[in-house]
Amino acid sequence: MISILAAFDPPYWLSTSIKVLVILVVVPTTALILGMVFLFKVMSWMQSRMGPQEAGPRGSLQLLADGAKFLQKEDLVPDGADRFVFKAAPVVVLVSTLLLYVAIPASNNVVVEDLDVGIFFVLAVASLSVIGVLMAGWSSSNKYSLLGGLRAAGQLIAYELPMVLAVIGVVIQAGTLSMNGIVLAQNGGEIFGWSGIGNPYILTQFVAFVIFIAAVQAELTQPPFDMPVAESEIVSGYQVEYSGFRFLLFFLAEFATAFAFAAIAAVLFLGGWAVPWLDTSSDLYWVLGPIVLFAKVMLVAFLIFWVRFTYPRFREDQLQRFAWKFLIPLALVNILVTGVLKVMF
Amino acid sequence: MTDLSERDQMAYIAARAADARVNIDLETEGMTLNLGPQHPATHGTLRIVAKLDGEQIISAEPIPGYMHRGYEKLTEVRTYPQITALVNRIDWLGSFANEVPFILAAEKLMDVEAPPRAQHIRTILFELARIANISLFLGDFGLQLGALTMGFYAFRDREHVLNQIESATGGRFHPNFDRIGGLKDDLPKGWIADTKRAMVKLRDLCDETQTLMVGNEIFQARTRGIGVIPADVALSYGLSGANLRGSGVDWDLRRDACPPGLVYDKVDWKVWTHPDGDCFARTWVRLQETREATLIVDQLLDSIPAGPVMAKVPRIIKVPAGEAYVETENPLGAMGYYVVSKGDLVPFRVKIRTPSFNNISIVPWVAKGVYVPDLVAILGSLYFILGDIDR
Amino acid sequence: MSSADTTVEPDAVEAAEVPVVDERREALLASLVEALGDAVVGSHIRPLDDLWVRVDREAWPTAAATLKDMGFTFFDYLSAIDWLPSPYGRDMDAQEDLVVSGAEPKVPGPVEQGYAGGDTRFQVIGRLYSIPDALGVHLKTDLPDDDLRVGSWTPHFRGANWHERECFEMFGVEFTGHPNLVKLYLPADFQGHPLRKDFPLLSRRVRPWPGIVDVEPMPGRDDNEEGDGE
Repeated sequence: MISILAAFDPPYWLSTSIKVLVILVVVPTTALILGMVFLFKVMSWMQSRMGPQEAGPRGSLQLLADGAKFLQKEDLVPDGADRFVFKAAPVVVLVSTLLLYVAIPASNNVVVEDLDVGIFFVLAVASLSVIGVLMAGWSSSNKYSLLGGLRAAGQLIAYELPMVLAVIGVVIQAGTLSMNGIVLAQNGGEIFGWSGIGNPYILTQFVAFVIFIAAVQAELTQPPFDMPVAESEIVSGYQVEYSGFRFLLFFLAEFATAFAFAAIAAVLFLGGWAVPWLDTSSDLYWVLGPIVLFAKVMLVAFLIFWVRFTYPRFREDQLQRFAWKFLIPLALVNILVTGVLKVMF
Repeated sequence: MTDLSERDQMAYIAARAADARVNIDLETEGMTLNLGPQHPATHGTLRIVAKLDGEQIISAEPIPGYMHRGYEKLTEVRTYPQITALVNRIDWLGSFANEVPFILAAEKLMDVEAPPRAQHIRTILFELARIANISLFLGDFGLQLGALTMGFYAFRDREHVLNQIESATGGRFHPNFDRIGGLKDDLPKGWIADTKRAMVKLRDLCDETQTLMVGNEIFQARTRGIGVIPADVALSYGLSGANLRGSGVDWDLRRDACPPGLVYDKVDWKVWTHPDGDCFARTWVRLQETREATLIVDQLLDSIPAGPVMAKVPRIIKVPAGEAYVETENPLGAMGYYVVSKGDLVPFRVKIRTPSFNNISIVPWVAKGVYVPDLVAILGSLYFILGDIDR
Repeated sequence: MSSADTTVEPDAVEAAEVPVVDERREALLASLVEALGDAVVGSHIRPLDDLWVRVDREAWPTAAATLKDMGFTFFDYLSAIDWLPSPYGRDMDAQEDLVVSGAEPKVPGPVEQGYAGGDTRFQVIGRLYSIPDALGVHLKTDLPDDDLRVGSWTPHFRGANWHERECFEMFGVEFTGHPNLVKLYLPADFQGHPLRKDFPLLSRRVRPWPGIVDVEPMPGRDDNEEGDGE
C-alpha cells in the first residue's frame, strides 16, 4: 500500500487540484480540532467546569453546531461601512492563513510545495493578515473597531520582528531555509556526538523557542497580548461588527493560524514530522509523518492555550515595550551567540 | 509591599503629560467614546462618556441613573419591615449588609436592643455578606484585566458562602433576615460546622488569588502606579472602605465606631491598609480583608451565646419620633441610613448614604490623562455595584 | 472601641435618672458656636451618639470650612428634608393602617421639623466626619420657600458635587457656586422634583395598594388563602 503511494506520480494539474482540495479540507478541520479540544474542553477543565456537553458525544460536535449557527445568520453590513472593504477583510485574513499551509511539511513528500525558501515564505505570508485586520477595523465605521484595528496593527507589526529574529537562529543552525531541510537537519544531527534523539533545536535554541512562542501569542492576538480584542473593554475590537459567516471566517482564520504556527514551531524546534529512531527516507513516513506532526502540534498548542487562559492582558504600551525593548534585543543576542557557536563548532 | 516612591509617582505624571503634549502637537482630533451603559467592563448599567485623544482620556464623566429605582421615595410609603425587604437590593451582592444599618437605626429610635445571640449571628451574617461580595470582586477584577480563569475560581468558591447564607436565611442573594429587635429565625442544625468548612475553602481561594493574580507580573504591571488617589483627595470625595484604606487612611467603622447591635469588640482582628493608593493597593487590601473576614467568622462561630434571637417588640412596629443615623462598614464602604420618624408605621424620610455613590464621583478626577485600558482597571479597583450608585 | 449605649441603666433605688453628659460633643458644639457665633441657631445632642447643629443659610459654606479646619475632613453626605407631611397619605388601605387608625384616613398634621428645630419647609442637611476623633456632625440649615438657594460645599469638599446635583434634581434646591449643577439621575427633560412630598408616588396613583395580601389569585381559582404579608 505504501509503496503504491510512493509510486504515485500524477500529472501536474491533478496533483495541484488534490493539494488545493486537501488544504481546503485540512484548514477548517484543524481549526475545528484545535478549537474543540483547547478552547472548549481544556479551557473548561482548567476553569473547573465541564464545557459543552450536549452537541454530539460529550460535546465533541459543538463547533460543528456553532458553524451551522453562524452560517444561517443574517448577512449584516453596518450602515456607514465601506461595503467592499468590509466584505473583503475576513477573506484577506483567511487567504493569509491558507497560504501558510502551503509550506508546512507533513512528511518528506506530503507537502503542498517544498519550497527552498520555506520558512522565509511562511513568515512573509503571515504578515499579510495585518492588512486584513486594518481593513476590518477601518471599514466597520465603529469607534471600537477602529481602536481595535489600530491596536492590532501596531501589535502585529511589532511582534513580526521578534518572530523573524528568533527563526534566524534556527536557520543558522540548520544551514537552510527549506522546512524539510530543517527537519532533516534536526533528525540527522547529533548532541555532542550522541545521535540518540537527533538534535531538536529546542535544546540549543531554547531562548529562540520562548521568543517564538511569545511572538506567536501576539500574532494570534491572544492573551496576554489580546489588547486588540480585549473583550472586557472594547468588546472584540475589530471583529465587533462582524456576524454570521464573516465572523466564522475570522474565527476559522484565528484557529487555523494557531495550528499553522504550532506546526511551524514543531518543525523548527521539535523535529517536525520525523522521529529520531527512524531514518527519514523510510516509506513509513507517508503515514507516520502526519501523525507525529499532529502530536507535536498538540503539545505546542497546549502551551500556547495554557498561557492564554492564565495571564491577564498587557496594556498596549507595555506590550510594545515588551516587544521592542526586551524581545528584540534578546533575539539579536541569540543570533549572535548562535552564529559564533556555529562557526566555532 | 514597597512604597510607590515619589520618583515613580512623578514619573507616571510626567509620562502622561508628555503624551498629552505630543497629542496636542499632532492635533489628533478628540473622539468621544461611550463606555456603557451596556458594556462588559462596568458592573451594570453605568455609562461613562470619555473624550479620547488617541488612547488617552481627556475627560471621563460617569452618568449614573440608568438603574435609579427611587428608593428614598419608596421608603416614605413602606413600613419598616417592608423597607427591610426592599433595601436588600441596593448592594445586591452583600445584601444582608444593607439591612443592618437600617435596622440598627430603627432600633436606636425604638430604644430596643437585640439579644446577644441575635447580635452575634447578625455579625456573622454581616461578615459572610462581605466575603460573598469581595470574593466576587477578586474574580471579576481578573476578568476585566483578561485573566479569564480567576473569575471561574472565585464563583466556584463563593458558592460555599452562598450556600451557608441560604441555609440560614432561606435566600442566597436577598436574605431579608434582619428584624427590628433581632433576627427572623434561629440557625439550622449543623450550620456552624458547615460554615467553618466553607471558611477554610474561602481561605484557599484567597491564597489561590494571591498566587494567580496578585503575584502575577502582568497584573502588577497593569495595576501598580495606576489610578493613584492621595489620602486627602479621597477624604474630600468621601471615599470609604477599601478604597480609603488602600490610600493609607487607617479607618474602619467596625473598629472605630462599632454600633450597638454588632459585636466586633468581642473579636480579635486586624485592619489592613496600604500606603500606595493605586489600583494594586486597593486590590491587595480587599484580598487581605476577605481573609480577615473568614478569621472573624471563625472566632464568632466559636462563641455564639445561647438565648433568644428576638427581643420583645410589638407585632406592628411604630417607631417613636426622632432622627437617627447609623453608618456601618459594608463590603463596598461606609453605608448609612438617616431615618427621620414621626412616630408612624412608616418613616418620614430615609436618606440612604451609599458608598459607591461617593466612590464613583471621583472617576472624573482620577481618569484624567490615563489610557483606556487603565480606566477599566481603575473602575474595577474602585469596585462599585450599580444598585449602590443608583439606589 | 466604643459601644454607644443609648439607654441608661436605672438605679436599683429607682431614683431620678442621671443624665448622661457627652463631653466631647458638648465641647465640639461650644467650639463651633465660638467660631460661627450668631450663625448657629439651633442644636441637639443625643448623648454618646450624634450632634445636630442648625446654622444660618448664609453661613452654610463657612460652617463647612470651619469644620474642615477643625479636622472634619471626611465628607459623608448632603441632602435635604421636606417637612411637609404628604398630602397623599400613604395611598394604602393596608390592614395595619386600619387597625392602627381605626379605619379613618389619617389626616396629615402640620409642618413640624425635627432635631435642632427649624422654621421652614425645606432644610438642607449634611454630615461631616472626623476620622482621628471618630466624631460626626450633622449640619442643617433652613431654606425659605420662595428662595431655595444655598451656598455650595464643593469648594471645600469635592464629594459634595454629586450630592448637590442629586439634591438639586430631587428637591429643586439651587447651590450657588456649584461648577456643574445639572441633573444626575433623571433624564434631562424630566419635569418636577420627585422627592418633594407634593410629588406623588405615581405607581400608587395609578393603582392603589391592594391590601396586605398582595398576591394575584391563581388563574381559574379564587384566592381564599390569607397570605403572610409583611
